[in-house]
Amino acid sequence: MSIEVVIEEKLLSAFSPIHLDVVNESHQHNVAPGSESHFKVIIVAKSFEGERLIKRHRAVNATLSEELSEHIHALALHTYTEKEWLEYYADNTPLSPKCLGGSKKEQRI
Amino acid sequence: MDTVERIKQQISENSILLYMKGSPKLPNCGFSAQASQALMSCGEKFAYVDILQNPDIRSELPIYADWPTFPQLWVEGELVGGCDIIIEMYQQGELAPLVKEAAERAAANEQSEEK
Repeated sequence: MSIEVVIEEKLLSAFSPIHLDVVNESHQHNVAPGSESHFKVIIVAKSFEGERLIKRHRAVNATLSEELSEHIHALALHTYTEKEWLEYYADNTPLSPKCLGGSKKEQRI
Repeated sequence: MDTVERIKQQISENSILLYMKGSPKLPNCGFSAQASQALMSCGEKFAYVDILQNPDIRSELPIYADWPTFPQLWVEGELVGGCDIIIEMYQQGELAPLVKEAAERAAANEQSEEK
C-alpha cells in the first residue's frame, strides 16, 4: 500500500474528518521520481474545536508517528475546525464578478 | 554537557529561539526559509540554531520536544510550533504580538538583573 493511502486511512479512522486532503508533494523536491517523502495534509475535524494549533498538530503527528519516523521527510499540516474551514473556504473561493448592469444598457433592436 | 542539557540551556536563555536548517539569511530548506522570514518581519531580535551544523541537536530535539520536524519556534521556554503554525499565526496577526511581548519581558528581566 502506498504511504499516501496509509496516511489517508489512518487519519480517516482517527479523526472522522469533515474534509481530508492528502497531497504527495514529493515531485516539488529533490527526490527520485515516484517518491513518497513530502506530503501536505488538509484536515477539517470536530475534535479540533477549542484546541490550539500545536495540540492539533501533535494529535496528527501522533497518529502518523510510524510513517513520520520511517518514511515521511516533510509533512505540511493545515488543521481546521468546521467553522474555520467554512470561513477560510468562503474567503478563498474565486468569486465571479458582480453584475454591473450591462444588459440593461444593451441596445435592443 | 550532554545534548539535552544544551537544548534546555538554549531554550531557557533565549526567549525567542528558532531551530532551523541553515540561517535566516541563508536558509537550507523552504520551510525554514518561510518560518524565519515570518519571524523576521515581526521586527524583534531572535536567536537561531542551525541544526545542520549541530547533528546531535537535530537527532535529540525532536524526542525532547515531542515534535518530529524542523523548523521549531520556541518562545519563553515553550514550543509554539513548526512552519505551518508559524505562518498561520503570522497571517492571523498573532505572531507579532507573541514575540513582541516576549521580547519586552526579556528586556525588562535583563534590566532588573543589571540593577
